[in-house]
Amino acid sequence: MVADIIFYLFATITVVAALGVVSSKNQVHSVLFLVLAFFTTAALFVLLGAEFLAAILVMVYMGAVAILFLFVVMMLDVEFASLKKEAIQYLPLGIAVGVVILVEMVVIITQVHIEPNSMVAVAGEVTNTMEIGRILYTKYLLPFEIASLILLVALVGAVVLTLRERKRPKQQDITKQHARTREEAVELKKVASGEGAS
Amino acid sequence: MSEILHTYLPIVHTFGEDIFGTLLWPLVWSVVKIMILLAPVLFMVTYITLAERKIIGAMQVRPGPNRAGIFGVLLPLADAVKLMTKETILPKHADLPVFFLAPALTLVPALVVWTVVPFSPDLVVADVNIAIMFILAISSLGAYGVLMAGWASNSRYAFLGSMRAASQMISYEVSMGFTLIPVIMLTGSLSLIDVVEAQKDVWNIVPLLPMFVIFFISVVAETNRAPFDLPEAEAELVAGFITEYSAMSSGVFFMGEYANIVMVSFLGALMFLGGWLPPIGLLDFIPGLVWLALKAGFLMFVFLWLRATFPRYRYDQLMRLGWKVFLPVSLFWIFLTGLVLHLTGNA
Repeated sequence: MVADIIFYLFATITVVAALGVVSSKNQVHSVLFLVLAFFTTAALFVLLGAEFLAAILVMVYMGAVAILFLFVVMMLDVEFASLKKEAIQYLPLGIAVGVVILVEMVVIITQVHIEPNSMVAVAGEVTNTMEIGRILYTKYLLPFEIASLILLVALVGAVVLTLRERKRPKQQDITKQHARTREEAVELKKVASGEGAS
Repeated sequence: MSEILHTYLPIVHTFGEDIFGTLLWPLVWSVVKIMILLAPVLFMVTYITLAERKIIGAMQVRPGPNRAGIFGVLLPLADAVKLMTKETILPKHADLPVFFLAPALTLVPALVVWTVVPFSPDLVVADVNIAIMFILAISSLGAYGVLMAGWASNSRYAFLGSMRAASQMISYEVSMGFTLIPVIMLTGSLSLIDVVEAQKDVWNIVPLLPMFVIFFISVVAETNRAPFDLPEAEAELVAGFITEYSAMSSGVFFMGEYANIVMVSFLGALMFLGGWLPPIGLLDFIPGLVWLALKAGFLMFVFLWLRATFPRYRYDQLMRLGWKVFLPVSLFWIFLTGLVLHLTGNA
């Protein structure tokens, strides 16, 4: 009863936030609505008994991905007139992607039978978190390792793209700074008054 | 403590069900529990501001605030009245909904995480089995308030400050999360109660001292406190993302900052310093709550101590420390902990 009320509350917020993402004119507001949608989705995960997934969703998507997204969107000062012209240019592509996603979702919902309680973790002592860890490191070990390898490649690629070995005049070398000793850096001189240091 | 709870709780429950009915009572009871929890938290948040001025005053050989009440004990009250009665100035072209949502979004996550913080084995609002994950997840939302504040203020200083603050927060969140993983590995559970109970023989700070050091420096950086208070570096950025906030809306930012300090101090005490466990078994006649408060209080004191001691870091040094020193070291310790657990047959 109470769980039902909470479910409908969060489900409504999720839908409203998702509508806000596509309908708001300000792109920063769109991202903020997206963040809200992520959060309420995490709440729905908790209601399903998948508390580990919920925490990961909040940590990864809200705590990292959406923040970086917000960073970029806030720093871009996009003009709406030019944006609209470009948007119309990409309209056919957008519609095509939308239709593909719609067809896929319809196929999944109508063709695949989902057990109502298949999401709920196995009963007893084993928690959701333990079960995910167990299955991830046994049955799905190879896909898991491949996924992490792909992420590593992406990481190295990002570093290679942004690394510029350009020597600036004021560049600081931390190791050089740490290697300095008092003997070579400081020289004490006794200055006689009225003559000044040489 | 637990005997009192076990005798009186059923009486309270039957009494409440008589008045509110069986359907409404759980909701009312939750609100009551939240109130009981928030009152001491907010008390600590208000009085850490006084403690900060008094302690830093003592360290700089000056009396500190001493006008409002004896030793200035009424100062937080006076501050609150001042903040509430001041005029709220709205910047031109500010995005008002986001502008006012931002301070709320920095304070609320700092208060929400208290629901899973246990004060003794049976004194916790919600004993969820992913408490540590919950704390990490919710506290990662703090960066939103900061980013939104800087953007909605429509001011260069505020925007630059919020960019710095947010990138600092997400950078140090990574190493903070990684320092907690060895603790979780030693415990084998994500529940904070289990983490504390597992420290019965030896506190986690002994085998994981480097992790504790990294954890503490990371949380100092994550709460944007001195010596890492670059987002508010007044020489360069006025007051950072708080520049355009006045009256209570800036007060809420400060409350969020102090609530975060109190929270991470308790988290550090629970994760590394044995929580409510006494340092030696002989001292267990002192209630666990006192031990937890002492340990957390010590960590809060270190926060203030750092502020009075160290000059501000430079931004590139800060980023270098987070990504090039803390991250590899904490990753190595995760690996090392796993190796030791495997070799000793505890895994």
